[in-house]
Formats: sequence, C-alpha cells, structure tokens
Amino acid sequence: MAEILIRNGFVIDPTRNINGDVADIAIKDGQIVEGVGSKAKVIDASGKVVMAGGVDVHSHVAGPKVNVGRLMRPEDKLFKSPHNQKNYRMESGFSIPSTFKTGYDYARMGYAFVMEAAMPPLHSPHVHEEIHDTPIIDQAALPVFGNSWFVFEYLKNEEIDNCAAYIAWLLKVTKGFGIKVVNPGGSSAWAWGLNCLTLSDPVPYFDITPAEIITGLMKTNEYLGLPHSMHIHHNDLGNPGNYETTLESLRLAEGVATKNNFGRDTVMHSTHIQFHSYGGDSWGTFESKAREVMDYVNKQKNISIDLGCVTLDETTTMTADGPFEHHITNLNHLKWANTDVELETAAGVVPYVYDKDIKVNGIQWAIGLEMGLYATDPMRTFITTDHPNAGPFTRYPRIIKWLMSKQAREETLASFKHTDKVIDATDIHSMDRELSLFEIAQMTRAGPAKALGLSNMFGGLGVGMDANVGIFDLNFNDMPADPEAIEKAFSRACWFIKSGEIIVKEGDIVSHGNKRTIWVKPNVAENPQVIRDIQDKFLKDYSVGSDTYQVRDYLAPNPYVIEFDVEA
Amino acid sequence: MPKWITQVGCPYCGASCDDLEVLVSDDGKRVLETRNACAIGNEIFHHAQSPSRPKRPRMRQPDGSMKEVSYDEAIDYTAKTLLAAKKPLIYGFGSTNCEGMSAVARVAEKGGAVLDNCASICHGPSFLAIFDNGYPSCTLGEVKNRADVVVFWGCNPMHAHPRHTSRYSIFPRGTFTAKGQMTRTIISVDPRETDTAKLADHHLMVKQGHDYDLFDAFRTVIRGHDIPDEVAGIPKKTIVDAAKVMKNARFVMIFFGMGCTHTDGRNHNVDIAISLTRDLNAYTKASIMAMRGHYNIAGPGQVWSWQFGFPYCIDLSKGTHAHMNPGETSSIDLAMRGEVDCFVNVGTDAGAHFPIRAVEQLKKHPFITVDPNICMASEISDLHIPVRVVGVEEPGVVYRMDNVPIQFKKVVDGPEGVPSDEELFDRVYERMCELTETEPIWLLAKDHAKAATNAEQ
Repeated sequence: MAEILIRNGFVIDPTRNINGDVADIAIKDGQIVEGVGSKAKVIDASGKVVMAGGVDVHSHVAGPKVNVGRLMRPEDKLFKSPHNQKNYRMESGFSIPSTFKTGYDYARMGYAFVMEAAMPPLHSPHVHEEIHDTPIIDQAALPVFGNSWFVFEYLKNEEIDNCAAYIAWLLKVTKGFGIKVVNPGGSSAWAWGLNCLTLSDPVPYFDITPAEIITGLMKTNEYLGLPHSMHIHHNDLGNPGNYETTLESLRLAEGVATKNNFGRDTVMHSTHIQFHSYGGDSWGTFESKAREVMDYVNKQKNISIDLGCVTLDETTTMTADGPFEHHITNLNHLKWANTDVELETAAGVVPYVYDKDIKVNGIQWAIGLEMGLYATDPMRTFITTDHPNAGPFTRYPRIIKWLMSKQAREETLASFKHTDKVIDATDIHSMDRELSLFEIAQMTRAGPAKALGLSNMFGGLGVGMDANVGIFDLNFNDMPADPEAIEKAFSRACWFIKSGEIIVKEGDIVSHGNKRTIWVKPNVAENPQVIRDIQDKFLKDYSVGSDTYQVRDYLAPNPYVIEFDVEA
Repeated sequence: MPKWITQVGCPYCGASCDDLEVLVSDDGKRVLETRNACAIGNEIFHHAQSPSRPKRPRMRQPDGSMKEVSYDEAIDYTAKTLLAAKKPLIYGFGSTNCEGMSAVARVAEKGGAVLDNCASICHGPSFLAIFDNGYPSCTLGEVKNRADVVVFWGCNPMHAHPRHTSRYSIFPRGTFTAKGQMTRTIISVDPRETDTAKLADHHLMVKQGHDYDLFDAFRTVIRGHDIPDEVAGIPKKTIVDAAKVMKNARFVMIFFGMGCTHTDGRNHNVDIAISLTRDLNAYTKASIMAMRGHYNIAGPGQVWSWQFGFPYCIDLSKGTHAHMNPGETSSIDLAMRGEVDCFVNVGTDAGAHFPIRAVEQLKKHPFITVDPNICMASEISDLHIPVRVVGVEEPGVVYRMDNVPIQFKKVVDGPEGVPSDEELFDRVYERMCELTETEPIWLLAKDHAKAATNAEQ
C-alpha cells in the first residue's frame, strides 16, 4: 500500500494530548508510522486541522427498522437526493439515506467507524447485508438483549455465567459487538400492548424488573470483559419528568466494577441522554433537567453518555422501544410502523418534524446542547443525534458549530417562535461555554473509541493506530469569526484517509476503500445447559431453525474479529 | 449413503419454511426425497432434476425457432440490448435470492433501467397504503406464540401458503397459545367459502367489492358507534359479534391478501385495514401482515429500499437519482403506454401474469427471460437464459413475508456451467462496463468468500 505523508497540519489528538501543534503524520500499510520514505505521496495540510477519523458510538444506519423507514417514506427522497457522482453508486434519501449515501456521507465528514446501535438478533443477516452495502466506513452492530427471554430467565435466577454463555454464543452467531439494552422489559411488555415505565415495573410473565435486567447485564458484560460497556436506552424515553427514572437507572452503575483488557473505564453507556433528561409533568410544564442529569454523570466516572441532539429537522424516529413509537404516533398522528420480534425485542418507526416554532422542540434542542456544555469530561460525552431520531447524522457539523459558538446558539434561539418560553425552561441562554476543537476531538474521536474498547485502532493518530485521518479547512490559530465556517469545514473534509487509503480528496469521494465489519468473539467454556436452552427455544418458540439464524460468513466478507478467552 | 440435509429452506411461497429435510444421493447431485414440504415445495425440489430442464441459453432465430447459444453470447446480447435501450424494464424477482437482486440493481443503474418486481401486480397497493399509513406488524413467531384471534381477510392460505396455518397462524402450539387451534378464534372475511373459511369460527361472506365498507363498519363498532342493519351484505349482529371478538382478544392478527389489494378500493382497503389495526391497539394488541406470495418477494422491497430508497417501480433512467411514482413508473403502465424498449423478465413469468395487451407492447422490442425453467415468458422471448434454482442449487438470503431474513441452503449442485442469477448479472455488468469503457463499481474487492461458504454447506 502506498505511503502518505500529511505535512504541516495543526494536529489535534487528545490521545497524545496534542492540541494544535504543527506536525506531520506518516502513513504506511494502513497504519500510522514514525516516518515514510521520500517517495511517499505528500498532502499539504498547512493551515488546516488534522484529526483522527471520526467514531460514531450510536447511529441507526443498517437493518430492519432503518429499512422500514426508507420503504415507508418515499417523501424522504423527494428533492432531497443529491445527483450522483460519476463512477459511484446512486445516492438517495435525507433522514434515512440509502446504504450507499450513508457510507459516502460519513466519509465526506471524515468518519471512519460507525456503530449500528440496535440489531434484532433474528434480523442479523439483514443488518449484515446492509453493512455489506455501506461503503468505506468500518462498522459494527450491537445486538439487543434487554428484552430477551433467555436473558430474563437467566437473570431472574441470577445465573450470570449462563447469561454470559448465551450472550457469547449470540455475539458469535450474529457477528455482534456488544450488549445493547433498549427500554429493558418495556419492549417485551409491548408484545401485549403494555410497557415498563419505571425500573420496578415487572415484565409480564417473566417476574423480573428493568432494574434487575440492567444490573444483571452490566455484570454479565464485565464477566465477559467485552470491549464496550453495556449500552443502554433507558426506560420512559421522551416523557416529561423522566429524568428521575434516568437518574435511578444511572445509579445502578454505582458499585459495578469494570473488568476488561481493552482500556475501557466505564460500565454503562447511556445513549441519547437528551431524550431522558426532561422535567415537568406535562408538555405544558416541560423543562430541561440537563443540569441535574449531567451533575450526576460528571461525578459518576464509570458512565459514558452520548447526547442525541435535536437538530430541528424533519426526520424519522425509529427505535426498538416499540411502545414509545406507538406513543409518538398518537401524539403526531403520522404513519406508524411496528415490528415485534419473537423472543427478542420490538421496534417502531414514525416520521417526526422537529419544528423550531414548537416550544417543546425548541426546549429539546436546548437540552441536547446543554448536556454537551455541562459536561466536565468530554472523554465520556459523545456527540450524536441518535441518527435519525433527533436528526440525521449529516447534522453533526451543525451541532459542533452550536457547541463551539454561543453566537450560533443565540442566532438559532432568536429564530424560534417561542424564544422566551424556551429560555424560561432551559439554561441555554445563560451558558457562555464554547467548546474547543480539542474537546470536539475528544467527543467525536478519542472518547467514543475508548468507550468502545477500540482505542488501540481508532480515535487517535499515535504510531501503530489505523491510519484514519481527516483534514479540515480550519485554521487553529485563526478560527473563523463566522460560525457557519465551522459547520462548513466539518461537513466536507478536504481530505479523508481511511485505513491508509485516500477516500476523499477536495471534498469528493475518490475510492470505495476497504470497509470492515468488526465483531466480537468471546470464548467461554462450553455450557451444556445453555446449549440445551437454545435448542429448546428454537424447537418450541422461534419460527425459524437454529441453522437459519446464524449469519453466514460471506455476508461479512471483510471481517475484523476481536477474539479472546473469557476467564471464568 | 444418501444423506439427509436438515433445516432446508423452501423456494415456494411467502411462508418461506426453513424446516424441510431433503435426502440427496451419495454423489450430492440428485434429490431423492423430501420431508415436511407441502406438495408444491416437494415438486420444486424434484422438478429441478427434470431432464427436460434447459441448461444453455436459447436465442430466437429469424425463422422463429430457438437455438442454443453460449452464456458468453447471451451475456453479450443482454449487455448490448440494455445499453442500446432508452428505457429498459427489468421486472420479476419473486423467485430469486437477494444476492441476485443486488446484482441486477447494479446492472439497472448502469443501464438506466426501470427496476420493478412482482409487487407491482400483487401487493403494490399495500405499499401505497404503507406509504400513507405505516405498517404495524410483527414476526410470524409472535403470531404463533401470542395470537388468540386471527383474521384472514381476502386470503386463502390453505391453498396459497399451504403450511402457513400449521407453522404460524391456526394450529401451532406456541408459548402463550399452548392449546394450539383451541386457543385461537379464526375469522375469515371472503366472498367465497374457501378452505380457510371452512376452518374459521366466523366466516363473514362479504359482498364482493365491499371490503372497505366492512372495514369501516368494524372501525365504527370498535369505536363504540352504531352501524346500519346490514353492511357489505353482512348483518349487523354478525359484525358486532366479530368486532367484540377482536376487541376482547389479547392479541389480534390480521392477515390480508389479494382479496384486498385487487378488488374495488385496492390500496384504500389496505389503508383502512391498517387504521383498524391502529384503532384496536387502543384496546388490546393488534398487528397486520400482507400475505406475500413468493418465498422472496419481500426481498426486492428490502434490497432496493436500502439501495435506492424505494421498494418497487424504481425508475433509474434519469441517471442521476432514483424516482418512483407507481402509475407512471410501474411495469404494466409503462408497457401499456409503449414506453419500454427492452424487457428483462427475471425469476417470474410475466408472460403468464401480465395482461395480454401489455405483453403485446413489450414483444415489439427485445424480450429476455432469466429463469431456471420453461415458462410462458421464456417461450415468447428472444432470449432465454437458464440459471440455478435458488434454495435447491444456490444458497442465499431471502425475506419471508414478515421480512425476517432466512438464509437458504443449497442441497445439490446445479447443472454444469449454469450460473446463479448473481453470477449471470455480474457478468452482464462487467460486459456493460467493457462496452462502455468504464470501471465497474464494486463496493468491496469482489470476493469469493461465498463460494467457499457454499462448499462448507
């Protein structure tokens, strides 16, 4: 593979505490190296910012519910699809772009790794088919466990070892990455049209509570020593006053110790926390509780979060939180898709318009940003939109602009119909903090890579790491007065190098690269009871056979497998 | 010793059963026996062995006869014809795997074709309703494990999906339906007394073409309002009783078929069926599902949605972006208006399924069929290219009617030299690139991992 030398850029690399030093980055055979020969291709980055490839910890980009969204929303394509680039696949869609556009768009923003945030195990071949068709970016997928009958039965009896053996088996057969939990117990209850809105609501028929599921899965995660922590979407998403449930859920991390060999310090990743930080007791009294939640997150060091910022767009909500999507269709009366998945999970999809002239939407917008601005540890606070739920991932540059510029926030705030009411219900107007490029690099690169246990590969520019490098048109020493220039720079990398290959040149895609599917294979001792339980469930409860269920190797043709032995 | 292969997928109907067992000969070349398959599924495995099956492409000659040609010639002809045409239509896909659909999509994009599938003449109206009203559904295992009221509206699985009722919907004992059929109340809505209707506890013999009225009556009753003494030929009491059964259920499942999509009202019938499902969810749990016909006709809706954003009627002829507008970009309408100047029929039989006037229009221009078997379309084609039979000779992903991906196996080798749909269309694509002196677009280095996986199975 060709050698590349990126010269004279302002390097921002929190993993090595480098903040804007002018330095060269050398690349050889897909990795960052000390130096390269004189024949290396030289890229002049002088006057520009050089960062590692972006790492997205949570994004719905591949799989059944994403595709239901695409299928049922032809209007998401209308006048919103760019004209295709010669020699590249056609692109389509805005909030739920086609797989091709997803890969190209992330690459244009300089992202190297994206985590598909919720994979129903039964549909894992579908998820891998879509990942296969998403060019350039490395991807992994988190299977959902928070409503699994297996998990319920093991955890009810406090059989962490059996739960671990089951999860190890499932990660292997679905080529999954870690443990995702969505509305624990609630999505299972939804199969009967019910929900679990508090942590002590028992799951119908299973005699277990959300709190027990969360605690049990955190322990299982650490028993296995997986690269990533348990990754949770809390109960009672999106409702006024839900911050108390959120805090109660976060507190379950107290006393759980991390155990892994991947450099991860956290035991819980709390995702799209904006949706879980609401005060008030109705939409009329709806208000921000960002401060209360972030005060806790800041001091509880074994939790990481991502923001789930509202971007004020017309978008498509989709989640394995089935009852929530039913709730939202009753709020906005738009079309509703639902897919309950036998023994495992549920899912729903509803279009949603975040309108800047609706008070509640304005408050939601403010809460997402407040959480980023209240964060004292950007290494545990990551920028997301819970794509596409709070907005499409292509708006990350806009969120960066808002976080880096009070002026940009004030301009947006002033454009609302109910500016005063939003100011009354939030702290955003009084917050002067403006994040630095270093902090942005922590929130979009070094931080998520560490939380995912992938800090040896992603998120930094140290020697030996994967050569994923973005070059952005920003002068570190002379940042633009106009915040729009920040958004513009991050929207379209000047150059993006992925695994040592030039992917974006002057903003245009020039290669399909060599994308990888990353999955985790923990080896546990053979567990006859779990094997028997699996056989039994396929015989009696599932509507497919156990052979059918296991993802064939050819569906992930370029795998990167993290295999390790679990010490019992 | 002949060998039983288990957990084999069945390439027949949308129930996509994956529990077949197939006995293959010592040399792995012949199917001897099947277990668990319905009569039709069984026949597909045996028919694949038929000595009369075509094993080479056949090209129509000036005198009207068909002559065997090589695959290279057939591929060259297909590539040139697609490139020469202004608006080619590539249609079908009820009976192939997703790998094939993906390969065809690449060809269609290159050739600026319209890409359409059998939904266009089948569950297309359901898509229109889904675009407007969504799709509250579930997997078939949920039906098996939970449904205590099952409604079959305008569908007759006893004939069209022979094992649907035993695997998922009427007879099976599920987790919360331990007594099988005894647990379930079956409602059939059909103007005929079908074999499914005969199994039902309540058969509502709706007046033909009045499905919408009856759906509306159900919604009205469920919302607590009064209805006329008779609606759609059904007495008020019958409707009220059936509505009560649904409202008092723990889990209502509504299956609907061509009796909704191809009678008066069409997409509006499906639209109000979805609304009825939404209404029921205010009182209990309810789900709805289209009875998709073929084992992988849900597949193109999935593959093309993630590739282009639309499930069917995808016009790629603009070259810059995909465009869908059923009525304008749907196969029959395009054909009737004489807009199509090259037709490729893949894994279906447009010759048998399309209105004769549409076929007459299509026949004015090159007409190519890609299918393992002789069918009406193959016999009127200018070129027939046989391929391997998915599920028998070729593995791959298919989507069951509930959009659950099922990974089909192959049980025997295909005929020597006969490619899969995927291989064939990849070669067509490569030939098109040669002819246009362009670089082929592969997202990943083209891999042979699949061949290795196949060998393992």
